[in-house]
Amino acid sequence: MDHPPDDLELEGIELDLFVEAMRRRHGYDFGQYAPASLLRRVRQLAQHHGDGAISALTHRLLHEPALLPQLLEGLSVPASDMFRDPSVFRALREQVLPRLASWPQLTIWQAGCAHGEEVYSLAILLEEAGLYERSQIFATDLSTHALERAREGIYPLRSAQQWSRNYLAAGGRRSLADYYSARYGLLKLDGRLRRHVTFAQHNLVADAVFCEAQLVLGRNVLIYFANPLQQRSLALFRDSLVRGGFLCLGLRERPGPVEADFAPVDAGLRIYRRIGPVASERRP
Amino acid sequence: MTRPAAIVLGCSAGGPEALKTVLGGLDQHLSQAVLVCCHTGSETVELLCELLARASRLPVIEAAEREAVRGGTVQVAPAGYHLLVEGDLHFTLSTDPRVNLARPSIDVLFASAAAAWRHALVGVVLSGANADGAGGLRELRRLGGCAIVQSPDSALASAMPQAALDRAGADHCVPLDAIAPLLNQLCLP
Repeated sequence: MDHPPDDLELEGIELDLFVEAMRRRHGYDFGQYAPASLLRRVRQLAQHHGDGAISALTHRLLHEPALLPQLLEGLSVPASDMFRDPSVFRALREQVLPRLASWPQLTIWQAGCAHGEEVYSLAILLEEAGLYERSQIFATDLSTHALERAREGIYPLRSAQQWSRNYLAAGGRRSLADYYSARYGLLKLDGRLRRHVTFAQHNLVADAVFCEAQLVLGRNVLIYFANPLQQRSLALFRDSLVRGGFLCLGLRERPGPVEADFAPVDAGLRIYRRIGPVASERRP
Repeated sequence: MTRPAAIVLGCSAGGPEALKTVLGGLDQHLSQAVLVCCHTGSETVELLCELLARASRLPVIEAAEREAVRGGTVQVAPAGYHLLVEGDLHFTLSTDPRVNLARPSIDVLFASAAAAWRHALVGVVLSGANADGAGGLRELRRLGGCAIVQSPDSALASAMPQAALDRAGADHCVPLDAIAPLLNQLCLP
């Protein structure tokens, strides 16, 4: 550098060192995350766990392994809402589930499930369509803390009003209150909704295909990734799907490099159907 | 002074009207990228983009993730997502929690744009009923950018420009009608 670095440049170096320390100390590679949103999150963690200096956070990352789950939670998919983007859940209910009904067993992968809001939404859809008994949902996230929260299914009660509106806008014909109990300002979802859900850690950076699914949901996960990791994740989604299986992305995400392997079901809502030869059929 | 490479605009209540005035007055030969963050409360910004396109001589589009920032084009933050600018001048979206009760948040856009463009950025805070944008404008000024704030008495909702003045100050505090001519003057060769 031909001039002394200013504080932004120094922070850039600190971020690189944090990413390097995370990779070498704990094996998690955030080097392919979108830098702008990663920097925001690391800054917030540095504020929360110290004086705001990323280098101080890196020191703790290296020497306090117990801190890792909290850091991973702060760096992974943020909380969502039940039936977020109700039009998407309405389309799943009206256009996707009736077609899924032709399979005797349903495997569903929800990638980046965070605190599980959309997992339970999906379970409710399947329950109401009479498909849940033959369904198995794999809900995965990078963060084990997030997965614990998701497994609990407990949320602030103040969310209930918006979520109830979302449920109805998504075509729900009952009341969302049928699925939860409220107490002490908290909303606890009916544990029965969890009976066919497996919560498991999965890292889109490093892990491979682990199931053959009829439906894959990866909503608002790709936006945090730079292009190569987006492409890897999309290929994973594609290769996890059986022929005729469905893919649902976030409303502002695009299938890009795997677009040719899919036919749009509702392109505006980012719902696609797998076409052409699929990975499982190519295997010897 | 260096000619700016980009303009960021933030607003909420009364914002669409103010944006129409500002964009309507921008010179059609402007080569700068124009980024807009407006709290709308609606599910999409499709209508906002149409409304602004009718007033603007520059094309108006919704900013899309991973797309390159375009010069001479108005790019609007999508509803429900924070819009960030990467150092390589591509857009990134985020569903991280609301900031100042808002997503998209003006602070988030301004802070990332300020890091990307530094002194080659003009930030504009327009009409709005909350304090979003003040922190981002402060960061923008800290990194050498130029801050324009709509004079609160010319704003439909004065809280947002007032908060920006209080917390960030401004290089120019002018009535709504004077903003576009000022931007043209700062941005045209």
